This record gives sequence, structure tokens and C-alpha cells, in this order.
Amino acid sequence: MDRIDPALEDIELELFVRALRQRHGYDFGHYAPASLRRRVRQLVHAHDTGTISALTGRLLHEPEFVFEVIEGLSVPVSDMFRDPPVFRALREQVLPLLASWPRINIWQAGCASGQEVYSLAILLEEEGLYDRCQIYATDFNPAALRRAQEGIYPVRAAQAWSRNYQEAGGRHSLADYYSARYEFIKLDQRLRRNVSFANHNLVTDKVFCEAQLVLCRNVLIYFANPLQDRVLGLFRDSLVRGGFLCLGLRESLDFAPSAADFTALDADLRIYRRNVFPASDGAA
Amino acid sequence: MARLEAIVIGCSAGGLGALEPLLRALAPPLPLPVIVCSHSAEPGTGLLGPLLARYARLPVREARERWPAEAGTIHLAPAGYHLLIERDRCFAYSVDEPVHYSRPSIDVLFESAADAYGAGLAGVMLTGASPDGAKGLMRIRQAGGLAIVQDPAEALASAMPQAALDQAGADHCLPLARIAPLLNELAHRE
Repeated sequence: MDRIDPALEDIELELFVRALRQRHGYDFGHYAPASLRRRVRQLVHAHDTGTISALTGRLLHEPEFVFEVIEGLSVPVSDMFRDPPVFRALREQVLPLLASWPRINIWQAGCASGQEVYSLAILLEEEGLYDRCQIYATDFNPAALRRAQEGIYPVRAAQAWSRNYQEAGGRHSLADYYSARYEFIKLDQRLRRNVSFANHNLVTDKVFCEAQLVLCRNVLIYFANPLQDRVLGLFRDSLVRGGFLCLGLRESLDFAPSAADFTALDADLRIYRRNVFPASDGAA
Repeated sequence: MARLEAIVIGCSAGGLGALEPLLRALAPPLPLPVIVCSHSAEPGTGLLGPLLARYARLPVREARERWPAEAGTIHLAPAGYHLLIERDRCFAYSVDEPVHYSRPSIDVLFESAADAYGAGLAGVMLTGASPDGAKGLMRIRQAGGLAIVQDPAEALASAMPQAALDQAGADHCLPLARIAPLLNELAHRE
């Protein structure tokens, strides 16, 4: 059995990350290392390059190769109405409060292939708010964004998604929102009417809208603490006072300096609200 | 061998029945963390922890994202997420694709733990009907760690320990009843 030399692999990984940053402008330097290492190993395997160094070589010399690498390093996995209690809480607790704003901007950050964008659009439609809403759905992976725009997913997922939808308090049948053909379902494109899909990189880009609700679920788990802090800062700066932040079920503000700017609306479901009054200044 | 610094345990079908006596026999004070990945964790139920807590003599907790693995504690992988451990021995989660239809996956935990603990890690494969974990166990051995596999002949589901033996081999292939005593002894060896 071949012994593995972790120190050697660390050097290769560092050079790979550096090549990606310097040559292509994608910075993975502040990603949580264990997942990143695993993904990069998968790329080595998928492209049969043998070593990470050989992968780096292709990244430097084949301009188009970066898109396959980005595809491999981003997480296009999600479900419609994943964690139904969260969507139920959005429906029952958050949307009635959002209704007090005449215009509602929603930022879905790291939308990947768009399953949650469509879930959200359905929720807003059923609660009668959608026509006042603008959803900005962003991701840094162009291929995932294209899939999100198409809204075509394998039919095998539909059964579980229907169950999720019902558990999330769905008022109809999920099948009312898609058409099934062959092995795929296609989401009703009318659901997209108030969605803007845009390329946005949480690592490098800035705030671009003022939002009443930010959803960013299961993205922060991939970031090391300094990057997590930066991104939570972005969300805070994007949110209006009293606006809502919805994170993944196992993500929290535990270690984040910006925690002081938020109050939990439902701590278990990771739904937070930006404080109306700033935590730090004003008191003195 | 190197001093043992952590134990990772993987199981699937029949896992609860195997974890019970194993965790019951792990004796405090245990100077290292035990990290368990069980496929039987159903999303949302979170029943495994309370069940095991009734039998284990060590505290049983879900492994929390960004928190360190603690000596003397049994950490469980959360339902619906992969559990990884970073080099700084803090836990990380991911929602990457399921591995062999499973999330959490034993491979994902074992491979990252092998990177984090190197030769200081013991990997334990118990009963299960999946090939998940075999690659991870191989990675543990490649990093100089120890592989312990439940004897497939007495496992409720033999496929998982058998796949581990076929792909990774093992330093010890033992009936369940002898695994905890071995771990107790290894944990206290200087």
C-alpha cells in the first residue's frame, strides 16, 4: 500500500489555489480546507491527472479548463424545500412581516442550481406577495446559474420534493408548478418572472442591493472563519434594519463578530433578524 | 505504533445494535475523542444520540460545526450532512453529493480524519450493507493509522466490513466483543 505524504499534498494544494487565484481570479484561499482538499482530489480523479500538480498545469495552460474546475469546486447540490420546517417558518413567520414593505428585495446568495429559488418563488406566490418581490439569485459558478435559469431537474427527485413541499405547508400540489417529460421535470417559467440571476462571488464581490431578506443556506459551512465573517458582514450591510437572514440548519453565528448585529427570530431554524438599533454605538 | 489520538467508527445497517455494546464498553476516562458516522441517522429525527447516550459511559454529542473534537467525548455525525475534521481538529460540515447514497458518509469522515490525525488515528468498521468506508479505511492505513474491522462472519450485515477488508485490509479483524477492550488498551498506551 502506498504511503501518503500529507506535506507534499499540502504544497501541491497551495500551488493549485495560487494558480486559480493568480491566473483566473478565483480565490479559494479562505475555504475550509478539508472539503476543498476532497473536491480537488475528486477533480484529480475525474480528469485522471494523477497528481494535483498536473491539474494545476492544465489550469495554467488550458484557459477553458477553469470552468470545469469551478464546476467541480462549487456545490450544485440542493433540494426543493430542503428542511421543510424552515420553509414553513418563512411562510408563517417571515412573509407576514415582509408584507409590510411596499417593495421586497430578496437575495438568495449561493443559489447553485436554483432549487431554493423556485421554492421561494412558490412560497411568495402562494402567500400573495410575489408580484411585489424581486429575487436576486446569485452564484459564482456560471454552469450552475445556467441550470438554475433552465429549472430542469431529474424526475427522480420530484417525489421527495413534493413531500418537502407539503411539509412546508404547500397549498396545492408541487406538480402544479412543473411539467414532467421523460426523465426530467421543468419548473414553470412564470415562477422566474421576478428573478434576476447574476454572477456574484461572495469571496471578492461587494454588496449590490438593499434586501429585506437574505437566504444563504449551506454555503458558509465551506468557508473558514475569516471568510465567514466577511460574508456575514456583506449580508448585514445588504439587509435593511429589521431585515431577515436565513442560514442553513446547522450553520450559526456562534463564532461571528457580526452576531451582535442580529437577533434570532428562530434560533433552531437559523432565522435571524438584523437589529433595528446598532449593537455597538449609540449606547454611550 | 504512534500514540493514539482519536478513534473514528463507521457503521450502517445493524449499526445501532453494534454501537450499543461497543460504546457501553468504552471506559472513562478516555483520553481521546471518538467520532461516529452512522448511516442510520435519519434526517430530522436525531434519535441516535439520545439512544446511544443511554448506553454509553462517555458523553454523547452531535459533532458541532467549527467546534473542536473533545477528548473523552463521543461525537456523532449529523443527519443530512457530511462530517469532516480539519487539521486543527475542529469539525466541518459539507452538503457535497452523497457517497454511496449516504450523507453522512464514512469515507468522507475517515479520509479527512486520516489527514488530521495521521498515524494517531484508529478507524473501526462495523456492520453494514454498503461499500462506504472502505476507501476511507485505506486512507487511514496509508497515513499510518490503524484499521480495525468487525469480523464479517458475525456482523449483522457483512458487506461493509467485507468491502473494507477487500479494499483496505486491516490490522485487526475481530468479533465485536473484542473491539472495545482493544480500543481501551490502545487509548491508554503511551
